[in-house]
Amino acid sequence: MSNVKDSQWPLWEVFVQASPGIPHKHVGSVHAPDKQMALQNSRDLYTRRSEGISIWVVPAEAIVASNPEDSGMFFEPSNDKVYRHPTFYVMPEGSKNI
Amino acid sequence: MTKQEALFSYCLRLGDNSLILGHRLSEWSSKAPIIEEDLALTNMALDLIGRSVAILKYAAEVEGKGHTEDDLAYRRPERKFYNNLLVEQPNGDFAVTIVRQFFNSTFEYLLYEELMKSKDETLAGIAAKTIKEIKYHLRHATDWMLRLGDGTPESHLRAQKALNDMWMFTDELFEMNEVDEILIKEGITVDLNMLKANWSKKINEVILESTLTVPTSTFMQTGSRQGIHSEYLGYIIAEMQYLQRAYPNAKW
Amino acid sequence: MENEKQLEQFEAKINADSKIEPKDWMPEDYRKHLIRQISQHAHSEVIGMQPEGNWITRAPSLRAKLILLAKIQDEGGHGLYLYSSCETLGISREELIEQLHNGKAKYSTIFNYPVLTWADVGAIGWLVDGAAIVNQISLQRTSYGPYSRAMVRICKEESFHQRQGYEIMGKLALGTPEQKEMAQDALNRLWWPTLMMFGPHDADSAHTGKAMKWKIKRETNDELRQRFIDKTVQQAEIIGLTMPDPELKWNAEKNKYDHGKIDWEEFKRVVNGDGPCNKKRMDNHLKAHDEGAWVREAATAYAAKQVKEQVVA
Repeated sequence: MSNVKDSQWPLWEVFVQASPGIPHKHVGSVHAPDKQMALQNSRDLYTRRSEGISIWVVPAEAIVASNPEDSGMFFEPSNDKVYRHPTFYVMPEGSKNI
Repeated sequence: MTKQEALFSYCLRLGDNSLILGHRLSEWSSKAPIIEEDLALTNMALDLIGRSVAILKYAAEVEGKGHTEDDLAYRRPERKFYNNLLVEQPNGDFAVTIVRQFFNSTFEYLLYEELMKSKDETLAGIAAKTIKEIKYHLRHATDWMLRLGDGTPESHLRAQKALNDMWMFTDELFEMNEVDEILIKEGITVDLNMLKANWSKKINEVILESTLTVPTSTFMQTGSRQGIHSEYLGYIIAEMQYLQRAYPNAKW
Repeated sequence: MENEKQLEQFEAKINADSKIEPKDWMPEDYRKHLIRQISQHAHSEVIGMQPEGNWITRAPSLRAKLILLAKIQDEGGHGLYLYSSCETLGISREELIEQLHNGKAKYSTIFNYPVLTWADVGAIGWLVDGAAIVNQISLQRTSYGPYSRAMVRICKEESFHQRQGYEIMGKLALGTPEQKEMAQDALNRLWWPTLMMFGPHDADSAHTGKAMKWKIKRETNDELRQRFIDKTVQQAEIIGLTMPDPELKWNAEKNKYDHGKIDWEEFKRVVNGDGPCNKKRMDNHLKAHDEGAWVREAATAYAAKQVKEQVVA
């Protein structure tokens, strides 16, 4: 249906680190022709209010996401593995620093 | 001319360059090739107008007549503006805007690096803040020079035409008058002749990498140091100052 | 059968106030409604840059100029956030823009009114952004995850927009007689079109039913419009401006303002293209789009050359 040969450039996903020591967090996306411009466009869009000290950009098509249909198989088996959590264990009364 | 008069005039030159170029870039709002670029151009307009506020405020202080930065921006006639002719040239197509940015940002980068060492603490302080913005502007302009020059045949032609058209406004960036003489002696500013070789080297490198040709024409425009401008400035001023002039007693 | 089960799960999620994410199954109508609503919202942000953009070069002080530029830039940014959340529904920005250009997608009618004076810039911030914020705060709780996240971000950033507009109006209303007249004139012209921004009355709104059921919208057009009126009347009083609605009065019984009749004929006319600035706004957008094509192509061509060089090296 589209007879327009327009290009708005490829889509990139943007991750911003707000301050040192914390993980980069997904903030949204931008369009850009290449990685250098993707970084700069992200800077101009997502850090207008000093929201970040570091930016990652990733081509949107490079992201692999799990399928909701697989969520049972993927995530539910860990629901009964409470022994992975520290609160599962009973410590002798009075013990400290553990 | 006293040192104070020279400093006032110099601040007007710096402030007007920022203000008028910021004005031109702000005209891109809603007109850029893609919305991401609209935001980028506006960011630079904000940097430039923000810088002009700081410098014109200082100019008013140096002048000592109780004016504000707004008085200087909104109540001066066109013959009392001292920005370079380059920055008042119309936006043209995107290539013209990029070439104008490229010439100017390269120049500003060299100038403000020197101004950071100025004996005038206020100017040095403004320069230290502004140099980071200029570095980003220069990166933006350089990136686009490469993409336009070495993009498609059409973009190459347009970039070359823009280079040729803007070339005649480049010599004026380095022109000096009595103001410069006085302030160089005081260690407040720098001899612009010393920046020129470096400027030429830097722009030559980028132009060649962009697969473009450095223009060779020797005719150069001049006039802004005496407040003599191209016809375009009058329209900028008329638009910018319209409300202040139509309602002289109003506060906004 | 499969579909019915999926629909059941989908509606269970909605009822539990859980968010729907891009890869989740969703009814085709839900997707269509979202694309229509989010793209209209995105286009409104982008087209909405134009009316105020008129005044960037004429802003009466350097401070006002900086604020206005930053505000308009925010609107472009918000358009971008919304385009990207719309893109998660499987439609490209190329298609979204094409739909704007061929008239399939709409934008808010308010931006088809002219911004004639500096007071109009104030009135846009105060009224139009004020109305938008009421709507957007409500939409932070929308059921579609990417839309909700965009709204949270937008609301955070927009908080200054309405204040800057009200500040302009306040200064004018308390300024010279000419300035006050300018402010009142702007309010007179923009009040009714602002009320139309919330869309038709609930009883006449084609899309409200499902949008509410699926929690795309969380409150109805009339509820949001009423909230906006109730909070704005007092703001006008404080700066001494008069609402251009003789029927506007406090209803103590219902604990809200009653207001006069909205001219829905005008609304329909403007939606369908016959507003003062419809043509101008679209012409401008098309012109920028067409004149920018060679730039977008150049960047694409350059990027392709770089990739090739890398491969060769």
